[in-house]
Amino acid sequence: MSRTAEGLQHALSKIPEMRDQFWHDVKVLGTGEELNQSLEKAGRVADFFELSELMCLDALARNESCGGHFREEYQTAEGEAARDDDHFSYAAAWEFRGVGIPPQLHREPLSFEYVHPTQRSYK
Amino acid sequence: MRIILHIWRQRNAAEKGRMVRYEVPTVSEHMSFLEMLDVLNEDLIAKGEDPVAFDHDCREGICGMCGCMVNGMAHGPLPGTTLCQLHMRHFKDGDELYLEPWRARAFPVVKDLVVDRTAFDRLIAAGGFISVATGSAPDGNAIPVPKENAERSMDAAACIGCGACVAMCPNASASLFMGAKIAHLGLLPQGRPESEQRVEAMVAQARAELFGSCTNIGECEAVCPKEIKLSVIALMNREFLRAKWAGRAGLVDD
Repeated sequence: MSRTAEGLQHALSKIPEMRDQFWHDVKVLGTGEELNQSLEKAGRVADFFELSELMCLDALARNESCGGHFREEYQTAEGEAARDDDHFSYAAAWEFRGVGIPPQLHREPLSFEYVHPTQRSYK
Repeated sequence: MRIILHIWRQRNAAEKGRMVRYEVPTVSEHMSFLEMLDVLNEDLIAKGEDPVAFDHDCREGICGMCGCMVNGMAHGPLPGTTLCQLHMRHFKDGDELYLEPWRARAFPVVKDLVVDRTAFDRLIAAGGFISVATGSAPDGNAIPVPKENAERSMDAAACIGCGACVAMCPNASASLFMGAKIAHLGLLPQGRPESEQRVEAMVAQARAELFGSCTNIGECEAVCPKEIKLSVIALMNREFLRAKWAGRAGLVDD
């Protein structure tokens, strides 16, 4: 599984369109008077639009490969994840600021005292 | 294949329910039972009708959420399976199936095939715990456990709390469920300190929840998707007698 800037930008152009379509066309059966599994599902799908958009934004902002995040542009000659710890050794906490508004990035730096991150190699 | 379903429809606990006939004309033998219900619901949604509410989560037989009566059998006709593990290849074209929710006083219907099983949570809260210091795990073999006890405890721990035992029991007894918890915890040294208070508190809670008593019918064992053995109930009864004999717990008003 891999990601590219181009693919992520494509996804980011599609998601708002699909979200609009969802909110415009969504049909929720049943009423608010009883257990409503249709409403539960609709709520979950609505959440997925926010989540998927954020995942794409985060993956696009992280210009390195690291663990499960493999950007095709950033790989070693052996095809392994090419890390960039000088720029991306942080956990990204994104602050939601409303639908359609870019989220705010808060960097939580990662520091390693004893064991240091290194290039993965199975050789 | 074509399957005819008669499903219990009930909007909420207050309203009276009724059986409604549905036809699913395009059932594949590879579908699970729940996938067949998904197909029915897709069809109902397309027609603007309220889909059938049913509980489900993992769909691989480990979470304990799913289950309904299929032609009077909890989780359907196959032994040792949850409803989600039951596949349509076990049925044939034209079969008529009657789907009903778990029937028990302690499990009120929420909607259609969904029942409220929080009575089980309260049983667990009453006694289904052990008091050990968490944090660092003890060294391996620091607490010796006889192999047989470890096996029996593990077998009892397989209970997923689905409620099929209660639904199938003519007395709506929760004894197999309680027995599984009591055996799971009581067969290990870590669960011994609270064994007396556990069994007394759980039995008292079961009575308060209006679960019935066990009369050793064995329907519970027959339908249990995890094949919990009736012997856990014997173990529970023994623990109960021992607790009453010891008379130390003092938690229960007789």
